[in-house]
Order: sequence, then structure tokens, then C-alpha cells
Amino acid sequence: MEFFVQQLVAGLTSGSIYACVALGLVMIYVSTDHINFAQGEMAMFATYIAWAMINAGLPYWVAFGATILIAFAGGLFIQRVILKPLEAAPVLSLVVCFIALLSIFNALAGMIWSYTIKQFPTPFPARDLFGSGLVSVQQIGVVGVTLLMLGLLTVFFHYTTLGLAMRAAAQNAASARMMGIRVSWMLALGWGLAAAIGAVAGMLVAPIVFLDPNMMTGILVYGFAGALVGGIGSPFGAVIGGFIVGVLENLVGSYIIGNELKLTFALVIVVGVLLVKPAGLFGRVVVRRV
Amino acid sequence: MAALLEIRGVSAWYGMIRALYDLNLTVEEGGVTALLGANGAGKTTTLRAIINMVRRNGTMVLSGDDISKCATETIVRRGVAQVPEGRGTFVGLTVEENLRLALHTRRSRAAALRDMEMVYDLFPRLRERQKQQAGTLSGGEQQMLAVGRALMLSPRLMLLDEPSFGLAPLVVREIFQVLARINTEQKVAMLIVEQNAALALELADTVYLLETGRVVASGPSDLVRNDEALRKAYLGY
Repeated sequence: MEFFVQQLVAGLTSGSIYACVALGLVMIYVSTDHINFAQGEMAMFATYIAWAMINAGLPYWVAFGATILIAFAGGLFIQRVILKPLEAAPVLSLVVCFIALLSIFNALAGMIWSYTIKQFPTPFPARDLFGSGLVSVQQIGVVGVTLLMLGLLTVFFHYTTLGLAMRAAAQNAASARMMGIRVSWMLALGWGLAAAIGAVAGMLVAPIVFLDPNMMTGILVYGFAGALVGGIGSPFGAVIGGFIVGVLENLVGSYIIGNELKLTFALVIVVGVLLVKPAGLFGRVVVRRV
Repeated sequence: MAALLEIRGVSAWYGMIRALYDLNLTVEEGGVTALLGANGAGKTTTLRAIINMVRRNGTMVLSGDDISKCATETIVRRGVAQVPEGRGTFVGLTVEENLRLALHTRRSRAAALRDMEMVYDLFPRLRERQKQQAGTLSGGEQQMLAVGRALMLSPRLMLLDEPSFGLAPLVVREIFQVLARINTEQKVAMLIVEQNAALALELADTVYLLETGRVVASGPSDLVRNDEALRKAYLGY
């Protein structure tokens, strides 16, 4: 029983990171219908920036906040400079562009900071909660930061006019323009937010998996699985899906297939969802007349 | 009366297909202009051309300012509100959120909230449905919401694209009564595209008849109403 609870908590912890990655993917998907394959590498790169700042002597939380802002600006910049000229481009060109971004960020990180694995500090003390041996403060911290961020995003999207305008632009771009909303800037804001969310995921996961340029590759697959389970068009679903994938991955890994096949399991989830319920748990089935 | 919107020599294209030929049209300050004609005459295209949502050239002047090069969003922010064909509802937002969207562009939040009360007073049905997802509204209610959203922008000119389309006669009546009130009480000018010519002629003071992308006749609406030959040829009644 104790082992089960430990695995469950570990699953929720990694699940919260998958939830962040999934949410970053969904943010861009709902407004553009594209999957940003570079989401993971953008997060990795932001984590390196945080690492550099902490190494330069900045306190952890200052570096944390500054990295979120830098990632936001970076996401905004990528949309404005690289993707805006491609607005009318066919989808394959965009896919190539995302893959290019992925390998550019990966190579840049390797070039600047080398491919050797680095330790990333955690702000949470390394001890158990209540000394029970079940839940560590680190795990609670990761889940807590994720939930706090989700709460802030929910408030932003539901209770601010800018958040409302972003939702409207994602739902019906033509109609949004007729309301005077600058849709193209809303997309840029979406990219900024997605990059910022990714940065948080990167900084939370780095102490666990260690920092290296390929840190996010596997995590992106889990995040993608989470987004699909929840329904790729639903931010709420993405978060739930991320947690589900995290827990399933841990339980299935420890009880049935072993740790080596965990990533395969994520891919099995992807294929399974697409075969059985392509819309996911909370996604809407889109019916088109042809 | 002064001209609020002047369209001079405007042509428009969908890809290679030309939809408008050197169109000239004027909407007076506070006036109601109707754009009539058969399917494919270019009525909707004219509205889309005004807010720059279709490839076009020529000159558009809004109260003396050239808006030909402006983006859709900018034209809308200058006071040209479109009530789009198909109603353009944000189906995933609530009725209230659909209206609140205008707060994004309004300078005065207080004035915008007053306008929201006014919309609810004009369409009590929308107040009842305030918290409901807009996608669950009936066609008539969605049309009311589209008019409401346009009003929330505090426009000088409303572009209405077939407000009666697919609605029950009683609902059409209600919507047109409200449109008449908006025009007389708030001095909002209107350019209205309608299939239902008789209905549009009641509201409009000026009429333009379009055929295959060209203006074939224009004048005060009484003139068109009383010209039997014109009516028979273009309006079918």
C-alpha cells in the first residue's frame, strides 16, 4: 500500500509537468490548429537561461520569475518574426518550421552550454512531508506551483477582457476582427503564454531529470499524450490528461511493464486514443459538411 | 446631411473572379441605406469591402478620412460595426461574454457597461439568456446578439448583412423595430443588405440596386417603391 501511494504521488508530480507541456501545446493548437513540435525545446532553452542566472548568483525565485518573462518575450518574438510571415503558408511548411525551431534550440543550447548533464537546483527542501516517507516537499512543491499557475491562467482567461479577447480570437477569427480585436497579436500573446508555461514545466522538471539539451524530448511525448487524452482542443482536458498520463505511466511502469517501456507506453496511449476516442475525454467532435 | 461613408470606384475580387465593378455609394450621417439585388449581385461583398475583408481597390472615405488602407480592426475601431452574415456568434462564450468582448476596444469601461444595459433593454431575451452559452441560442436570439455585439462597439455606422435571413416573421418584425429605434434614437447610420426588399424599403431612406457587381439604379427609397418597372425587374414584386 505504501509503495502504491508513493507511486501515485510520483505519478501526480510528473503528471503536473506533463499537464504544463500539454497546456502549452493546446494554447497554440486552439488558435492555429497546429502542434508546436518545438514546445519542449523552447522550454529546455528557457531552463538553461534560468540555470545561467542562478549560476551567476541570482536567487532562485528571481531567476524563476525572470525566466518566465524572458520565455514570454521569446514566444512573442517567434510568432511575430518567424510565424506571422507564414500565416498563409500550407501546413507542411509550418511543420518543417516547427521542426527547424526544435533543432535550432537544441543545437544552440548544446553550443552555448555544452551537452554535459548539469544539476538544476530545486527551491524545495529535500525532506518528507510530516516525515511519513510517502510524500516529499519537492513533490508537493511541483504540484503546488503547477496548480497555482493553472489558477492564474483560469482567472486570466475568464475574468479579464484581454483573456476573453484571446478566447474569442481563437474561436472565430473573422468575427473577432469584426469586434476590433487584433487577432494576429492575440496569436502572438498565445505563443508568449505557451512559452512561459513551458518554461515553468522545464524549471520544475530539471531538478528531477537533470538539465541537458535533450531533457524535454521524452517529456514532450508524454505531454502530447496528455493533451490527446484530454482532448487536444480543451485546455482543461489537457491538464486532466497530463495528470492521467503521469499517474498511469508510473503505475503501469512499476507494476506491469517496468521502467524501460514507459515511453513506449506513452506512445501506446497516443495510438490508443486516436483509435478509440480521437476527440479525447473533453474534446469536441468536429463535424464538417463536405 | 453630410456623407458619413463614401465609396468611390471600388472593385473587389475573390481570387481571379471579379465581384464588384467601380462601385460608387454614399451613406449619409444618420441615414439608412439599403443595398438590394439578387443573389450574387455583390451585396455582401460590398460590406466586406468596406471593412477590408476582401481584396479590393478604390477609395473609402469615412467622415473625411481615407480608410482605404486601414486593417479591418482599425476600421471597426473607428466606428464601423458589422453584423455579419451567419451572425458570427462566438458559440463557446456566454451571451454576456459575447457582449463584454467590446470592452477590449472601448476607452471608457463605464460607458461600455451602460451600453450593455441598453442592449439588454432593447433585447430583453438576451438578458434572460445572459449566462447561457451563445451556441445554444435560437437563430433569432443569435441575430439579436449579433446586433447587440455591434451596438457594444458604439458605432457610427452599422453594416447589416441580411438580418432577416432564416428567421420567423415575428422575430424579423422585432429585430427591425429595434433597428429603427437604434437609428432614430442614437443616430446610428446603417447600410443594410436584404433579400426581403419590402422590409428593407420600410427602414431605408436611400436605395441602391445592384446587379452583377454594378449599381444599376439608386435614389430615395420612395422613388424605388413607386417605380413599378424597377420593382418588377429587380425586386420581384
